[in-house]
Amino acid sequence: MKFNLASFGAGLLFGLGLLVSGMANPEKVLGFLDIAGQWDPSLAFVMAGAILVGLFAFTVAKKRTMSFLGFDMRLPASDRLDKRLVVGSVLFGAGWGLAGFCPGPGLVALGAGKTGALVFVVAMIAGMGLFEVVEKNRAAK
Amino acid sequence: MIEIAWGHFTPWSALAGGIIIGLSATAFILLNGRIAGISGILGGLLTPQKRDVLWRVAFLAGMLAAPLLWMMIAELPAIEIKASYPALIVAGLLVGIGTRYGSGCTSGHGVCGLSRLSVRSLTATLTFMAAGFITVYIIRHLIQGA
Repeated sequence: MKFNLASFGAGLLFGLGLLVSGMANPEKVLGFLDIAGQWDPSLAFVMAGAILVGLFAFTVAKKRTMSFLGFDMRLPASDRLDKRLVVGSVLFGAGWGLAGFCPGPGLVALGAGKTGALVFVVAMIAGMGLFEVVEKNRAAK
Repeated sequence: MIEIAWGHFTPWSALAGGIIIGLSATAFILLNGRIAGISGILGGLLTPQKRDVLWRVAFLAGMLAAPLLWMMIAELPAIEIKASYPALIVAGLLVGIGTRYGSGCTSGHGVCGLSRLSVRSLTATLTFMAAGFITVYIIRHLIQGA
C-alpha cells in the first residue's frame, strides 16, 4: 500500500516538475534540440537541476540495501555498452526530435487532454508492444 | 555560430522544474528503491508480472493527474503540439521501440543514470541527444528550409 502511494506521489511530483520546467511543451523541447536555429538552452537547466538533486539521492541509495520504507534497493547492475543501447537510443532520439515528445511529457500532455498527445502515447505503447513481440520471437528461436 | 533565443529562454523555471523532477526521482529511489524511468515503468506493464502492476499504474496515474491538479489551481502552461498526426505516430513508434531497445529514456538514463554516474547511461544520453539534434536539423533546416 505505502509502496503504491509513494509511486503515485513520485509520479505526481514528476509530472508537476515537467510542467514547471516547460518540458511538457514539445515546442520548448524542439527549441532546445534546434541548435542551428534560434537555440533555447532552457532544457539544459532542467537536466542540471534534476541531476544536482539526484546526485545526493543516488549517493545515499548506493550505500543502502533497503529503501527507507523497507523495500529492496534495485539499482541497475549492467554497465554494458552494446549495440542495443546505442541503436535503441538513436531510434528514441529520432522520435524525440520528430515530435518533441519523450515518454514523460507525452503522458503529462495526455493528462492535459491534448489529442496529439493521445496519438503519440498510443503509438508509443504500440512501439513498446512491437518490441516485446520481436523479443519473444527472438528468444523462441 | 549558435544564436540564443533569449525571448524563449527560461532558466529559472527550467531549473525549478528540474529540481522538482530530481526530488521525484529522489523520493522514488529512497522510499521505494526503484529508478524513476518512465519508459521502463510503462513498458513493464506490457509483460505483467505478479505484484508488479499496481505500483506502475499508480506512478503513471500520478503523472496523468499532475496537469489535472494544476488546472484546479491555475491555468496550465502552454503545451504546443505542432507535429502532424502521421508524424506523431511515427515519433511514438520510434520512441516506444527505441526506449525499450535502449533500456531507457530522458528520465531513466538522462536523469537517474547520470545522477548515478553511469557510463552506460551517459552513452545513451549523448546518443539520443545527438540523434535529436540531427533529426531537428534535418526537419527544420534541410526539409522545411529547402
